[in-house]
Amino acid sequence: MSWLLVALGAAVGAPLRYLTDRAVQSRHESAFPWGTFTVNAAACLVLGATAGAAVSTELYALLGTGLCGALSTYSTFSYETLRLAETGRWPLAAANAAGSVLVGTGALVLGAELAGAVRG
Amino acid sequence: MNPAPPGAGGEPVPVDPDVDLHVPAQRAETAGARLLLVLAAVAAGGVIGALARYAAVRAWPGDPASAPLVTLGINVLGSFLIGVLMVPVAEGHGRWSPHPLLRPFAGTGVLGGFTTFSAYALDARDLLARGEGAAAFGYVAGTLAGCLGAVWAAVALTRWALTGRPGAGR
Repeated sequence: MSWLLVALGAAVGAPLRYLTDRAVQSRHESAFPWGTFTVNAAACLVLGATAGAAVSTELYALLGTGLCGALSTYSTFSYETLRLAETGRWPLAAANAAGSVLVGTGALVLGAELAGAVRG
Repeated sequence: MNPAPPGAGGEPVPVDPDVDLHVPAQRAETAGARLLLVLAAVAAGGVIGALARYAAVRAWPGDPASAPLVTLGINVLGSFLIGVLMVPVAEGHGRWSPHPLLRPFAGTGVLGGFTTFSAYALDARDLLARGEGAAAFGYVAGTLAGCLGAVWAAVALTRWALTGRPGAGR
């Protein structure tokens, strides 16, 4: 059952990342990969809330492992950071690496705290 | 495969979320019914990648007191593989023209679904919450260094394999 739920979550999460990336990247002129940055932060927020809400194993497989796992990406983040460095944009590469880690973990903690507060 | 060399006859570059979306012509590549096909490829790839990650996590559940090495390994491997994939897809070395759905399926879908940033952040938070600050820092920095090193090495090796020149291309 969990396998099916992971697959279901991923079937939504991966296209959602693609569409968000397209929507974000077409709306600004910066070389900074705001699209990947946005999906990673959003997935961290949702995963934090899922973990903080202490949901069932099944719901965690669907939302945490499937949806958030497929919504977020490390491979594209790595590649885009490398491309920034290769094209001489070292400050942007460093900002992407440090910013993604700080904002991602911050969003995760925020999500967990919010879910914990709602649970009481 | 497509016999036309990349760029010949106005052949569009492969469908790619990293295409320059500031250019309306490139944005139009995935308009209409084409977008549905791309989304289906991304979803199918994402399911395969996520199930592979889930299988790895279940195969090596790991000691909860140790750093989450399975997620680290997944992210480093996925970063290496996207480097191998993107050199021919984005740089078009040689006469091989990749299928337009290769990048959405394999890169955005499979590797995007396989690797995860959210579980990485959760692992780091869990290590911190257990008072293992040094392990949390080591995990965060180690994953970052490992993944960036892996994608750099993969891109350099693939360019060398395709052109015979180290670091060739852009």
